[in-house]
Amino acid sequence: MTATMTTAQSAATAALLSVDNLGKRFGGFVALEGIALSVKAGERVGLIGPNGSGKSTLVNCICGALQNEVGSVTFDGHRLNGMNAHQRTRRGLSRTFQLPRPFASLSLADNMRVPLIYTVAARGAAQGAPAIEARCLELLREVGLESKAARLPRELTQVEMRKLELARAMAAEPKLLIADESMAGLTRSEVEEILALLMRLNAQGVTIILIEHIMSAVMSFSQRLVVLVSGRKIADGEPNAVMRELEVERAYLGQ
Amino acid sequence: MRSDLFLLVCLIVGGTIFGAALALNNDYYFFAGYVVLQYVVLATGWNILGGYCGYVNFGSAAFFALGAYSTVAMHKLYPLPIPVLVLIGGAVSGIVGFGMGYLTLRLRGAFFAIATLALAVVLQTLIVNWDFVGGSRGAYIVRPEAIALFGSYIKYLFLIMMLLAIGAITVARLIERSRLGYGFATIRDDELAAEASGVPTLRLKLIATAISGALMGMAGAPFPYYIGFLQPSSAFGLDYAVNSIAMPLIGGTTSWVGPLVGAVLLGSLQQLATVTISSAVNLLIVGFLLVGFVIVAPNGIVGLVQKYIRHRPAGQVGRRRIEADAPGKVP
Repeated sequence: MTATMTTAQSAATAALLSVDNLGKRFGGFVALEGIALSVKAGERVGLIGPNGSGKSTLVNCICGALQNEVGSVTFDGHRLNGMNAHQRTRRGLSRTFQLPRPFASLSLADNMRVPLIYTVAARGAAQGAPAIEARCLELLREVGLESKAARLPRELTQVEMRKLELARAMAAEPKLLIADESMAGLTRSEVEEILALLMRLNAQGVTIILIEHIMSAVMSFSQRLVVLVSGRKIADGEPNAVMRELEVERAYLGQ
Repeated sequence: MRSDLFLLVCLIVGGTIFGAALALNNDYYFFAGYVVLQYVVLATGWNILGGYCGYVNFGSAAFFALGAYSTVAMHKLYPLPIPVLVLIGGAVSGIVGFGMGYLTLRLRGAFFAIATLALAVVLQTLIVNWDFVGGSRGAYIVRPEAIALFGSYIKYLFLIMMLLAIGAITVARLIERSRLGYGFATIRDDELAAEASGVPTLRLKLIATAISGALMGMAGAPFPYYIGFLQPSSAFGLDYAVNSIAMPLIGGTTSWVGPLVGAVLLGSLQQLATVTISSAVNLLIVGFLLVGFVIVAPNGIVGLVQKYIRHRPAGQVGRRRIEADAPGKVP
């Protein structure tokens, strides 16, 4: 029931996420400057840029792990500035981390349980213990980890760890998912697996921002491409058109 | 096991121990048992912040002393029954714990530990200079020789501490199995990921410091009646700080069983050493055991037992993995 309401809401404001003139400094170092970004509900956006260009800082500012000094972040009609990360998660903004950060002392099922009892429950959908139990397994099944539900994260392989990270972000039932380098260090077939997973989520109505260095993955996934270089946005548009832009090629591919 | 059933089992076990001590008909067992039980409360309280959340508190002695000195202050103002004093001591320590949390929880690891140590030093300085509770001279608390129903007063104190220990363990176990317990575990594992999953980390940490502080204060509240003469150096003793950390670490920090096992084991060992060798050797024993456990079994006795159970089912080839036995994190 809330889904239809929020769809109507975001249709009215046009953008699910809008970042306006965002700036972040670390001491004298300008990490981000004048970033403007607008993401529509249901969109698949690729965010690229060389190392140190400010991609992760931008994600951190959007998700609340860092607070931006300048500019504003608006999500689903609410201004997020000053909000803690957990409040933003509860509003429907989930993320994965560049390096997977599982809850190491909890089983995979319990890793799923945390967003369920802290985020989904906080939205008012109180569930009984058996329902939560079932949902934990269902989430793990979606990423193919159901058989390892009782294991600890340290027993997982690299690609399984990435899937766990994605599953935990999905457990919070987000409207927008920011996947920060979910495919780094994976083999080609594993990349395909994760891509398929993200496409499936998007088909379910989740808006996705994908941060990635593997260009083939970004190009096949994104409907729109945003390029950051040295803390500034230098391109934003249809992926192929963006790639043709010389400046991008020079900055990103070093030609 | 359901919580009410668990409480019932605890009460039966507690009653049996009390009965056994009565049967031995020697007040020494009550004196020694009181100290062991006091450590059970202290270790369980410490573990809620230190074990569940991974915030190592070096200021346990300060919370213990706060409880004890609340009793001294109340004793001078208006004599109240000990159970009420326990509640007052718990409230004072809980509030101070909350305040300490508010001021220091932006710090992590060693920095947090140092801040809690500083709190202990500041509080001790305050108490030393506060004449009303005896200052550096100390304060006499004359306890009645006998009390109705129990005969000797130490039996009464022992029973109060027994009930406190049961209460503390029940609270710890409840937390462990609740939403709060999962939240605490995520704070121990990864605060950034916890926030990203919707866990309000700051609020949970404040809850943990308050509960932890309150329990440690409750452990200290009956202490003036036990010792009869309270001075700052005994209330803020190194024993409390070291034991309340060592007992959970040796027992295992991730469940309520750990502090209980650690406290009973180390507490009894120290009581034994006190009568056979000397009380001066107590901290040495703790030191050696702590070093040994950190090297050999970083997850404590509970961790050892769990590992044994996990590896026991033999013949399941392929299920057993070669674990790069990551030296478990000492919180």
